Amino acid sequence: MPTWGFEAVRGGATDAAPRILAVEHVSKVFGGVQALVDVDFDVLEGEVHCLAGENGCGKSTLIKIVSGVHAPEPGAVLRFAGERVEGLTPVTARRLGIQVIWQDLALFPEMTVAENIAFEANLGGRPRWVDYGAMRRTAAQVLERLGVTLPTGRPLRELGIAQRQVVAIARALVAEARLVFMDEPTASLTQAETRALFEVVHRLKADGIATVFVSHRLAEVLEIAERVTVLRDGRMVGVYPAAELTQNRLAELMTGEAHEAVVRAQDRSAGRVVLEVEGLARAGEYEDVSFSLHAGEILGITGLLGAGRTEVAATLFGLTSPDRGDIRLDGRELRLGSNRDAIRSGIAYVSEDRLSLGLVQPQSISRNIAITVLDRLLGLLGLLDPEKERRLVAGWVDRLKIRIGRPEDAVATLSGGNQQRVVLAKWLATEPRLLILDSPTVGVDIGARAGIFQIVRELAASGLAILMISDEIPELYHNADRILHMRAGRLIGEFQPGEAPIEAIEAAVHA
Amino acid sequence: MPEPGMPGAGRRWLPRSTEGWLTLVILVFGGVLGLATDTFLTFANLFDLLNISAFNAIMAVGLLVVLVAGGIDISFAVAASVVQYLTAVTVMQLGGGNWAIGLVLASAFGFMLGAINASLIYYFRIISIVVTIATFNIFFGLLMFFTRGRSIYDLPDWLLDRIIVFEFETPGGDFAFLTLPVVVMMAVVVATWLFLNRSSLGRQLYAMGDNAEGARRVGINIAAMHFLAYGWLGVCAGIGGLMQAHYVQEVVPNALYGRELDVLAAVVLGGARLGGGRGTILGALLGVTLVTMTQNGLNLMGVSPYAFQMVVGLVILVAITMSNLEGLEAFIRRFRSGRARAEAGRQG
Repeated sequence: MPTWGFEAVRGGATDAAPRILAVEHVSKVFGGVQALVDVDFDVLEGEVHCLAGENGCGKSTLIKIVSGVHAPEPGAVLRFAGERVEGLTPVTARRLGIQVIWQDLALFPEMTVAENIAFEANLGGRPRWVDYGAMRRTAAQVLERLGVTLPTGRPLRELGIAQRQVVAIARALVAEARLVFMDEPTASLTQAETRALFEVVHRLKADGIATVFVSHRLAEVLEIAERVTVLRDGRMVGVYPAAELTQNRLAELMTGEAHEAVVRAQDRSAGRVVLEVEGLARAGEYEDVSFSLHAGEILGITGLLGAGRTEVAATLFGLTSPDRGDIRLDGRELRLGSNRDAIRSGIAYVSEDRLSLGLVQPQSISRNIAITVLDRLLGLLGLLDPEKERRLVAGWVDRLKIRIGRPEDAVATLSGGNQQRVVLAKWLATEPRLLILDSPTVGVDIGARAGIFQIVRELAASGLAILMISDEIPELYHNADRILHMRAGRLIGEFQPGEAPIEAIEAAVHA
Repeated sequence: MPEPGMPGAGRRWLPRSTEGWLTLVILVFGGVLGLATDTFLTFANLFDLLNISAFNAIMAVGLLVVLVAGGIDISFAVAASVVQYLTAVTVMQLGGGNWAIGLVLASAFGFMLGAINASLIYYFRIISIVVTIATFNIFFGLLMFFTRGRSIYDLPDWLLDRIIVFEFETPGGDFAFLTLPVVVMMAVVVATWLFLNRSSLGRQLYAMGDNAEGARRVGINIAAMHFLAYGWLGVCAGIGGLMQAHYVQEVVPNALYGRELDVLAAVVLGGARLGGGRGTILGALLGVTLVTMTQNGLNLMGVSPYAFQMVVGLVILVAITMSNLEGLEAFIRRFRSGRARAEAGRQG
């Protein structure tokens, strides 16, 4: 039930700092669908502002309007640095100093870091010679301004995602940005990398450059932002000073529903042991990993990126082979030659990059779900039986409450949360005994997250053993029975949610 | 003992780049051919190789431009034949013409054919391989239809007279010489290198091949880039075609049919990535060198010409496997760990 009406909070900025950007009465209609309804939005000079809301709330549309990609419906008023702006295009927006760092960064992996940062020098239709020395100098200058060192002579592809993020920001600075939008900049960063990014944002602020953050991670939003603008269903919910918000309150504002977090942890050690791992090691990845997982248990594994969490999962799923150690499933020794063996043994693995690797986006929902179990859908003459496929798909769509149009629609037409459910359905169709979930909520809305965890809890209740890997300690805390802590390839601690306070776990992991 | 998990440890003496690998392979292979035959490592033969491969090298750097921009072109070799024919007919109509007119015409016709590819690819959003397979057939079909498959021998004198730019007598008494196509090839190579690496437009092409959406976002004119890339290849094909006609002193409509795959193989061998964003002029030239050398070496060793293509195919496979070090390393590691586990299984 919605507990929050739409409060009409107009303006919001009455204090001293002048407004770098102010838009009023912005509406946008796409093919009859109201994406934005009379939204007001403003950013102060040098402010760190956060734009919060669930997928589909209109955040991206708003960014596209203020960066000139879409034109708003007539009646909108747009001011930049006090001047009225009409007919904004991407080019004029950039010229004003509005830069957007999209989630995919729009960088060039094969080019050097320096050329990526100083790519501006290559732009324009008028041919001219390239001065690589000047590019290197520009890059060095900007990076110094940001207080970051990067290997500017190396190709960008050799850099990790966090460093690429910095390259994208540096490129925006070269273009003389005065207002930088960052679309989900922390989505694929670890907490340590997020820290480093925040440092950079503070530097921008010190230079008088305003930053607008779009993020799903509430804790981050509240930490970095001075003010938060919340959108829901294309409407403005309000503008709030971050200091006056809590995570729960912000989640309520975004979803329009009250959320309460309950710890579910129980001692499940009486249950049948499903998975036993003993002394597992693989050179350069992890060492001496031992744990057991019981039927009906959700076991969380956390740790920083590179701690070896995903690598252990890859081995359990037969993608890599261990150098030493034993894996037992239902008491039987497992020797996995490939992930086909793992699937046959009853192991399912929903990977972190499931949306790119786990789904065939242009193919139908039905095909995507059925792909893991094609051999069970064979009918006459060993050909696929469409009736069996239809029943299988209908069953899972119903059980996981996937909101779809028709099973024949392409997966790409679904929202992130529903795509996640399709991936789950695909793997659950193999009737696994062990389900490995790697970062199950990356790219999924808060509202949809609750639904995903609801399913995960139900699966556990039905006796499935679940191994859940995540960066997000709160989601492990509220859903797992036990949390294992990994660092530098070793298990170094175990926590019982409820017994240990969440702050203690966060402190231990980020120490 | 190399550190575990450190890729690259323990093979510091091996080349790291594709170009390095190709150079090594070419040197070793050249040494072998030099020992196996008396004729390979002679000035006369090496200069002859340059003369013969000038056409392929001109095409290769042109094709590199398209590959770097993220496209592919199958039609350029038959396009070169079309240009030969059109240029020959036009200059004869003009009463003979001269080199300047010939080069301008060949470039213009070449650009035109490239622009046809570019507009189909850009405006109709058809992927480049499909478009150029279609235009390959159309170009070749039209050419065969209008020439009825007959060669043209009635060519202007300026085109038929062999121009020798540099000549000397080798200690063995042979004459080694370089012809005009080699000079033109060098000019095209230098121009393309400057264009790709030193001009803002060339960098925009690399950017488009590297990340098309990113290129659009930073405001690169994608349509213009398509015309630039395919047009550049068209011009190279036109000039190359004229040089080939000059070198063989006739225009044979199907002389270049099939050459596109040799050139494509050579450029990819040189490290250009199908899909765009990666590839160097040096790599493309080394690729052409290795392919030419293989054919020449087999010829000198008296191997049946019927075996050539098979051997060239093998050389390409081996060279590409060797230059893909990460892939090779992963394969070896998997092989070893599989064996180690099998042994452990036997002991346990």
